[in-house]
Amino acid sequence: MKYLDEFADPELARSLLDEIRATVTKPWAIMEVCGGQTHSIIRNGIDQLLPEQVELIHGPGCPVCVTPLGVIDTALEIAARDDVIFCSFGDMLRVPGSKDDLFRIRSAGGDIRVVYSPLDAVKIAAENPDKEVVFFAIGFETTAPPNAMTVHMASKQGLKNFSVLVSHVLVPPAIEAIASSPTSRVDAFLAAGHVCSVMGTWQYGPLVENHRLPIVVTGFEPLDVLDGIRRVVAQLEAGEAKVENAYTRVVSSEGNVAAQKMVEDVFEVCDRQWRGIGEIPASGWRLSERYREFDAEARFGISKLDAPESELCRSGEVLQGMIKPHECGAFGKECSPRSPLGATMVSSEGACAAYFQYRRLEGEPVEVGVA
Amino acid sequence: MPDPIDFNSWTCPLPLRDYDRIVIGHGGGGKLSAELVEHLFLPAFGHDSEAELHDSATIDLASLMAGGGFGGTGSNGPRLAFSTDSYVVRPLFFPGGNIGDLAVNGTVNDVAMSGARPLALSTGFILEEGLEMATLAVVAQTMGQAAKEAGVRLATGDTKVVDSGSADLMFINTAGVGVVPEGVDIRPARATPGDVIVVSGNIGEHGIAVMSKREGIEFGTEIVTDSAPLNGLVEVMLEASNDIHVLRDPTRGGLAASLCEIASAADVGINYEETAVPVPAAVKAACSFLGLDAVSVANEGKLIAVVPPDSVDSVVSAMQANPYGRETTVIGKVVDQHPGVVTARTPLGSTRVVDIPLGEQLPRIC
Amino acid sequence: MCLAVPGQITEVRDEQGTRMATIDFDGIKKDICLAYLPDIEVGDYAIVHVGFAISKLDEASALETLKMFKELGILEEELGMEEPEVSQ
Repeated sequence: MKYLDEFADPELARSLLDEIRATVTKPWAIMEVCGGQTHSIIRNGIDQLLPEQVELIHGPGCPVCVTPLGVIDTALEIAARDDVIFCSFGDMLRVPGSKDDLFRIRSAGGDIRVVYSPLDAVKIAAENPDKEVVFFAIGFETTAPPNAMTVHMASKQGLKNFSVLVSHVLVPPAIEAIASSPTSRVDAFLAAGHVCSVMGTWQYGPLVENHRLPIVVTGFEPLDVLDGIRRVVAQLEAGEAKVENAYTRVVSSEGNVAAQKMVEDVFEVCDRQWRGIGEIPASGWRLSERYREFDAEARFGISKLDAPESELCRSGEVLQGMIKPHECGAFGKECSPRSPLGATMVSSEGACAAYFQYRRLEGEPVEVGVA
Repeated sequence: MPDPIDFNSWTCPLPLRDYDRIVIGHGGGGKLSAELVEHLFLPAFGHDSEAELHDSATIDLASLMAGGGFGGTGSNGPRLAFSTDSYVVRPLFFPGGNIGDLAVNGTVNDVAMSGARPLALSTGFILEEGLEMATLAVVAQTMGQAAKEAGVRLATGDTKVVDSGSADLMFINTAGVGVVPEGVDIRPARATPGDVIVVSGNIGEHGIAVMSKREGIEFGTEIVTDSAPLNGLVEVMLEASNDIHVLRDPTRGGLAASLCEIASAADVGINYEETAVPVPAAVKAACSFLGLDAVSVANEGKLIAVVPPDSVDSVVSAMQANPYGRETTVIGKVVDQHPGVVTARTPLGSTRVVDIPLGEQLPRIC
Repeated sequence: MCLAVPGQITEVRDEQGTRMATIDFDGIKKDICLAYLPDIEVGDYAIVHVGFAISKLDEASALETLKMFKELGILEEELGMEEPEVSQ
């Protein structure tokens, strides 16, 4: 695919790796806060190819993994109702709540539909006026403009049977929370390119100022991630700390203003619980007052379900890079991709899920093409 | 709190503790499906849980003719092979074909994967009341044509009609019988370190073709299903070599699921080169925007062969000379490291573990 | 949050007041919403996330970035950096 394949060129990857190798002199811990980046790192084995001194810590970048148990339970309760058609992105279907998951609800008769776009959910609502159609609006800032437009359209069309269950999360507050933590080992961050294509890069200036940590915005193809790491290492070695945009073909410093305007209209900032981390103030979006009639929690009268996390789960420590997945006592025993206990095992981008695969190769020399 | 799970081996007779109802993933061809067979069906049917699981069962003909029963699993004499599969695809009609193509070719291929020459199929229909006669007629005609092309007879059948709303318009079950020639011993457990892995052509076409018509996901594409009978291809392969170890058609769960099953059945490692796996550009693009992995997408007209190194050249040439094997390529090998685990070498030179898909392949945003 | 891929706009139209487009990813065609990119035109490349174009892809910038990577490789060769074994 054009503008994707070129950024996966193995020769150019080797050049970038050589450059990183030539520059690094000390150990550094870099965190990416984006499920897409984590996926690319794992899929391409980037962590295997980097020099030993460069450690990658997989941060809380997957909105699926960080959605609190209580929100999942709320979704399941709504989805189980007879008069509801529950629409969701594919990612959420396998995430278990305290007792169930969407697959099980479907097998018990719930009408649950996977959609590629929130617009499909509005279409379903228009075509099924006798049903309540609920869309599970999760995501980081990238997904908020699509979700916002959808609510806006439903409002314009005067749909009375459409509502959204919102659980949006924001990247800068997460970086702030991690950088502020006294036990954090993170030296620098890779910021999410598509989040920044919407929001711009201006939010990261204050973070760099306050914490003196480099933040580099990257894309998702192998060369993009490697270039991001190269720039971070160069900054760290030079004792610098600034915001750099390594995804200039897609990201500008001001971002997509039209998208931001719609988001400001439809959503408002709120506090959010992050699974594995806890509450981070002003780290989420919920429907604004103007659009509150489309809020599924209000419509179905379900107050925030408070679901306790497993006591065995140490995903918070994994997310901050304090422990490695296999250092958790439940790893591979009570907790596995098949039956995850916490955020980091839930999706294949989670650090624990990724480690799980590497463990299967444990003890065997892994072939690496680059020395 | 669930009991501690030993993730290295699913010890039997553990019940399927995680689910008290069947979920869609149990039919997905991945881990959940395998568990259903291993932990529910096999024990219930009185089979040894160590029993080899592959696409068809074989009955030793000599033993049968002599008044005996199934005969030992180690038999190398001429054997009867039989297999069954059910077709529940939605939508019924998809780019390049319909459920009828799958119902015939799918079972013909199941039988052929044990090295057998398929002879005949039975056809069982479960139809939803209200199904249009014209629809059924088209499907039936498709099946007739597919059977003709495969050289098999649609020998017997059955039809049932159920209440509106139960059968998604149409379900078809086909069971196939064939004969495995003397001396042919093809089964997953035969994969041996040093063997070469070959795939007969482009992967990912069928799954993407079907997905392109799924509500909520639809997209425009030129990709059509690759549904095809592979028995002719298998025959020329057997003529080229009398020592093919494994044949597998990577349907649900795709290449990944089949390779994982072989690695597990033979307790060997498998390593393949990502760059060697033939994926059409359009399949790559569809997988890109949906967030799918092409190696986990279903195929209906391709096979994987695991062949000892000295037979590779003759087998590959024979395949490439056949209409259903023109794009045959070598993609990897069987190794003695990491038994049971499949790895892929990325274009960058790193190695990643390829896991069996858990259930259904779904588009993702993250 | 981040799965978004580049495609080329092949057709732009208005659907009930909303600007929509057909986008082409290597032969795959999808209908997407262009409301957030009012200035984009047929022939341009856009990054698409869950059925919405969220950013125009700056083709000149893409080529610059690739050029920069290539130059990095040449620079390393000139400096005589050790070439790791080439993977087959």
